[in-house]
Amino acid sequence: MSTIAHTQKRGFAGTVWDYLTTVDHKKIAILYLLAGGLFFLVGGIEAMMIRIQLAVPNNDFVSAGLFNEIITMHGTTMIFLAAMPLLLGFMNAVMPLQIGARDVAFPFVNALGFWLFFFGGVFLNLSWFLGGAPDAGWTSYASLSLASEGHGIDFYVLGLQISGFGTLMGGINFLVTIINMRAPGMTYMRMPLFTWTTFVASALILFAFPPLTVGLFMMLFDRMFGAGFFDVAMGGNTVIWEHLFWIFGHPEVYILILPAFGIFSEVIPTFSRKRLFGYSSMVFATVLIGFLGFMVWAHHMFTTGLGPVANAIFAVATMAIAVPTGIKIFNWILTMWGGSIQFTVPMLYAIAFIPSFVMGGVTGVMQAAAPADYQFHDSYFIVAHFHYVIVGGVVFGLLAAVHFYWPLMFGTMLSEKLGKVTFVLFLIGFHLTFFIQHFLGLMGMPRRVWTFLPGQGLETGNLISSIGAAFMFVAVIVLLINVVVTQVKNVKVGMDPWKDGRTLEWAIPSPTPFYNFKQLPLVRGLDPFWIEKLEGKTEMTPAEPIGDIHMPNNSFTPFMVSLGLFIGAFGAMYHVDDKGWAIPVLIFGLVVTFGSMLYRSIKDDHGYHIHKEELLDDANKGGTR
Amino acid sequence: MAAEEKFTPQTWPESPEQATLEGKNKFLGFWLFLGGETVLFASLFATYLALKDSVPSPDHALAKDLFELPLVFLMTMLLLTSSLTSVFAMYHMKNYNFKKMQTWLFITVMLGFAFLGCEIYEFNHYVHEYEHTFTSSAFGSAFYTLVGFHGAHVTFGLLWIIALMIRNAKRGLNLYNAPKFYLASLYWHFIDVVWVFIFTVVYLMGMVG
Amino acid sequence: MANLQTNSGEPKVNYEYRRKKSAEEMRMQVVTFTMMIFFTVIAFAAVGAGFSKWFILPFVLLLAIVQVIFQLYYFMHMSHKGHEVPQFFMYSGVLVGFVTVLAFLTIIWW
Repeated sequence: MSTIAHTQKRGFAGTVWDYLTTVDHKKIAILYLLAGGLFFLVGGIEAMMIRIQLAVPNNDFVSAGLFNEIITMHGTTMIFLAAMPLLLGFMNAVMPLQIGARDVAFPFVNALGFWLFFFGGVFLNLSWFLGGAPDAGWTSYASLSLASEGHGIDFYVLGLQISGFGTLMGGINFLVTIINMRAPGMTYMRMPLFTWTTFVASALILFAFPPLTVGLFMMLFDRMFGAGFFDVAMGGNTVIWEHLFWIFGHPEVYILILPAFGIFSEVIPTFSRKRLFGYSSMVFATVLIGFLGFMVWAHHMFTTGLGPVANAIFAVATMAIAVPTGIKIFNWILTMWGGSIQFTVPMLYAIAFIPSFVMGGVTGVMQAAAPADYQFHDSYFIVAHFHYVIVGGVVFGLLAAVHFYWPLMFGTMLSEKLGKVTFVLFLIGFHLTFFIQHFLGLMGMPRRVWTFLPGQGLETGNLISSIGAAFMFVAVIVLLINVVVTQVKNVKVGMDPWKDGRTLEWAIPSPTPFYNFKQLPLVRGLDPFWIEKLEGKTEMTPAEPIGDIHMPNNSFTPFMVSLGLFIGAFGAMYHVDDKGWAIPVLIFGLVVTFGSMLYRSIKDDHGYHIHKEELLDDANKGGTR
Repeated sequence: MAAEEKFTPQTWPESPEQATLEGKNKFLGFWLFLGGETVLFASLFATYLALKDSVPSPDHALAKDLFELPLVFLMTMLLLTSSLTSVFAMYHMKNYNFKKMQTWLFITVMLGFAFLGCEIYEFNHYVHEYEHTFTSSAFGSAFYTLVGFHGAHVTFGLLWIIALMIRNAKRGLNLYNAPKFYLASLYWHFIDVVWVFIFTVVYLMGMVG
Repeated sequence: MANLQTNSGEPKVNYEYRRKKSAEEMRMQVVTFTMMIFFTVIAFAAVGAGFSKWFILPFVLLLAIVQVIFQLYYFMHMSHKGHEVPQFFMYSGVLVGFVTVLAFLTIIWW
């Protein structure tokens, strides 16, 4: 085990086994990218079905019940199974390299987090084949979801519970990694912005997911074990779910957008060839957004009837968030100001992001005014708003990151030409789809509506919106073609492919050795690689002599722990139907999970060392794999 | 392996739980986890407070009918004492005295089981004497979920400590297992912290109405 | 032995010093424990004695908070150095938790 035998060529089965057992953050990143990408496509197909149904009035492309399932699964999939895992994937791929770490703090837990997310997501999506998907909206408000028949909501509850555990573990892992494993000289105020946003987003995960866990448990107890948390007839209160959901749900949107901000804060300085304007104010704004993110959840509930005092407090707190966000917007613009800008694909996304996101932000402030929100609430105006921030912010960020970090993750460069095609189609499609929805909302089209009548002035707007969606769909297809073509050609690009890399992740050989840094780098300031480049050097100054490197062993246990919960969840769910096998299956699943955990706990795993000689030897051969 | 190196009380480091990078990471990661647990229990407390005494009809038992001080007092004493005994265990861990550490952990576990026994008796009592069950009212659901989550934490903590004691019985302390013992003890203290709020907010404040 | 964090060149002296220091800390913890038991008894006695509700509620809550601070700072060693990050995250957790409880006490019913 303790050799660089990993580098040998393996068969297909060997590669699969390697990925099933890997604890290497770079491979886990690829797994996140694959799984998240897959769910993104599923969610995208659901989006297309929504837009086809709404393209013309009185359409019956899908039935009303199926439509409810589609919108629920579209939202749930995109938030929990696409956007967040994709971001976690980039955090895994980039953050440890940015801080000059050889690995994350808990490689095992990292793998466990991925497999929990994966099995949770698969469980949720199996609902399509096992009697119907959840149909109470991604918010799954209790009064509606308790009345929902079949097992749809059960799939939602159990699937999110499992994948939520995974996300929570991922968050703790990143926090500890950033706090404990920074390279010599990498002080907090020298950390790249993507690392900072990972840090704050992880802290948000840490505090936001427990309320969701509690809410989901209550929903689970209510639906499957006869409890009465949300059942008014038993003295329960459905507003409790709304609060718990949004205490989680609002920080969740910052969990999504902050890493996207981080990605743009890396892309913009790189392609402006200028250091980030106002670095410390960026850090301050990030932390402030994270803090305020917990104080504003009730703005989703203005129309619940919380009373004028509560509404006023939450309205003011919400508007306050515009301030740090504004700081960020101006900093990005001022970074570009006077820079020598290169219009690469990631940079195009970054430039398009600024106005798009500002539009979403402005409608956000409009809704923060509680009295006005009574008009906007539950209309297409809301749909337009959150798609402007999530697509215009998060998805643009993800697309920028895919192009920007592709060479780092795979050693090849996505085609710039096809990338620009994707960009143009996506940008046009995005604004075509969602801009008009503001007006549809103001004209009175309610959100989550299955169809609409002719002659109410909604036809043109909806048709335009659906055409825009088709543009986005084509854009994603072009991106997939780009990926396939690039990987088939397989032209390796080597180290620092963008030529203007500023941070540590660009200072290591490509492909990245599995131990990341042969010698930990000495960080001498913000943008450490740029500093070295300014002095005419091509690599980092090492902070230590070459020595043995400690590495963790691969493990199949994370897969087993997650599989156990996956199996057990079926038992919990079918227990309601008085199926004889349900409880044994639940117990079996839990035994597999806890048995695997116990196995992990009592079986010592010290990892192994790569010896100095092998590292020196390896250097002569020019990297691994 | 460096982690399995043998020590003497003299060479044993001052903070064995943080002497290795792995230990440091575990230590910090576990504290962060406890920060998350704080929010988890806060949500449960919040729900309990919101649903306290909200029952479908007036013939259901309320908090002030249910709780009795002596049993809760006994449970509190058991858990508080077990917190002290686990402090003793960590004291001996830091002094590299494995035998004494195991003894004190054993006492901790026994106290934990006694606590758990009381809790089972208590729940059983409520169910049979007052027909106050998990499914009888929203109050019942909230009560059993909050106190039951705590009980589940106690159970998990007991199993964890027992597993550690058995696994390491033969080989004694080293820098690989010292962080594990330390974390188990932190977890145990945290359970006690939660209990302090449970006996105050649920029982004492429930008694006064 | 890179693991040994010694302040004094003389391991023996260092060892003696550490033994003494942790024994002192132990005494401190026994005192803490006694006080916690004492607070618990007072809290239960206050309820048992049947004082006014508006005295008991804040009083037992205050005692609980003091007890928890003892637990965290002495039993869980948060008073030691090297606990800055745990402190920060615990306080953040407490803040979020407090806001949650506050909301559930005020804006659940309307």
